[in-house]
Amino acid sequence: MTALAITQLTKTYAGGKAALHGVDLTVDTGAFFGLLGPNGAGKSTLIGIVSTLVTKTSGKVRVFGHDLDHDPWAAKSQLGLVPQEFNFNTFETVSQIVLNQAGYYGIPRRIARERAERYLKNLGLWERRNSVSRTLSGGMKRRLMIARALVHEPRLLILDEPTAGVDIELRRSMWDFLRHINDQGTTIILTTHYLEEAESLCRDIAIIDDGRIIENTDVKTLLRRLSTHAFLLDVAEVPAELPELPAFPLRRVDENTLEVEVPRERALTEVFAALAQHGITVASMRNKSNRLEELFIRLLARGSREGAPAP
Amino acid sequence: MIALSERLRTAAVSLATLVRKETHRYLRIWVQTLLPPAITMTLYFVIFGSLIGPRIGPMDGYSYMEFIAPGIIMLAIITNSYGNVVSSFFGAKFQRHIEELLVSPTPNIVILLGYVAGGVGRGLITGAIVTGVALIFTRLPVEHPFITLSVVVLTATLFSIGGFINAIYAKKFDDITIIPTFVLTPLTYLGGVFYSLSLLPEFWQTVSLANPILYMVNAFRYGVLGTSDIPIGVAYGMMIFFIVVFGAFALYLLHRGTGLRA
Repeated sequence: MTALAITQLTKTYAGGKAALHGVDLTVDTGAFFGLLGPNGAGKSTLIGIVSTLVTKTSGKVRVFGHDLDHDPWAAKSQLGLVPQEFNFNTFETVSQIVLNQAGYYGIPRRIARERAERYLKNLGLWERRNSVSRTLSGGMKRRLMIARALVHEPRLLILDEPTAGVDIELRRSMWDFLRHINDQGTTIILTTHYLEEAESLCRDIAIIDDGRIIENTDVKTLLRRLSTHAFLLDVAEVPAELPELPAFPLRRVDENTLEVEVPRERALTEVFAALAQHGITVASMRNKSNRLEELFIRLLARGSREGAPAP
Repeated sequence: MIALSERLRTAAVSLATLVRKETHRYLRIWVQTLLPPAITMTLYFVIFGSLIGPRIGPMDGYSYMEFIAPGIIMLAIITNSYGNVVSSFFGAKFQRHIEELLVSPTPNIVILLGYVAGGVGRGLITGAIVTGVALIFTRLPVEHPFITLSVVVLTATLFSIGGFINAIYAKKFDDITIIPTFVLTPLTYLGGVFYSLSLLPEFWQTVSLANPILYMVNAFRYGVLGTSDIPIGVAYGMMIFFIVVFGAFALYLLHRGTGLRA
């Protein structure tokens, strides 16, 4: 079954700015779906329309088969939203915020209390349940927004940059939590600027640029398109003159680090052997960057070339 | 198709949540919401009722203090019901936590009813407080209890809806003070709170009839004292008419997403 089906969605803002140009997108039930794109690409507009905070110009949105125009009650009941910016009442306590949200979805108070306790405990906020929300740290506020979005137990959870500004340790724990929620059957749509996050969490990915979906596939298929991998090699000393390795282009990063590009079909042991022939011993190595990030940049570059006006 | 009863149950829980939240809001900040009208209205009673009133003499057969008491109670109800909704709803817009409601399946009518209930609740509590203050200074016979109560509820409802519409259009804090300062307060003061319509020259009596607040103040005064400058039936008709028109307009604005959705 399809969790979210978007057909020919367009949005032109009052000032005339076209944010979406006929977007088609499908997210399967149970998916952990990444929606990626540069700033201003249309991600937040798309999420805004699905969550009804933005009025679409044309097109159709269906949530678990319920048309957002014709049966908003049923469609919205299935949705949970974690927006990019904090949007809770800063004068209310953590508990009040979560309980009120449950109430807006028709969850009776007794059940809402049980769920609030469960999610606040899972997200490490239970001890702060009586704290006024404005006194929370940034990370706690992010977790509060997730608890609030989950209290009515939506089948589709949309997270717009949920880990922005969160430290690495907390980010990792939030990833584990989101994986757990997804494993339990909640379909998740995630937008993020951390491509490592998308690669780690998402099984399917769509890339949006300038209001158009330029790629929509599963992560594995997407990554297979990378013809080379770049690695950083830690060596004792980078020679003054780099050896010529036609199959493995080399570049000096600093006096102890080399960058090497390795075609997908070649083995890393070949790189080590070639370097050893020139007296360079590799002490350790790491990926130069996140693979998805490389692909993302290439896709966007291709998109902008294709979209560029003819000279 | 989800059963209608399920939707109604959800809407009822949502409404109860919103009313609880709104009530909690004005009770939590009672120093800002409930105390000021008590102090202001006490000053009105002391200055206009006790000090100046005896020099003015009776009005429509009642002492001046008795005559102005219903109007002063109404003044408090109008300003507080309007002020509660306009500040609460605009605050929710400003902080963006109105989005909690907008993304939820809460129907627009429930959003409107929830905020209006908050405004009516504060209006009634403020009215009760000011009535308590008034009873220190004068007697209030309450000749027609049903009229008294119904006029209070209808007036608070009407001005709560007015506050809601004001908040929908407001883009900055200045915008929520313009209507109360430049429209509501003058109309209330000129709505027969402090004088009988019969004191005005004929031309200004006619002009005053265009002031809707005059009808509410007089209807309430009729409920309390049994005297009014205008027919009670017309007053009820005016209030109900404006509640229906303003209510429909507020729902239309919510449906369109005016000031709420991009």
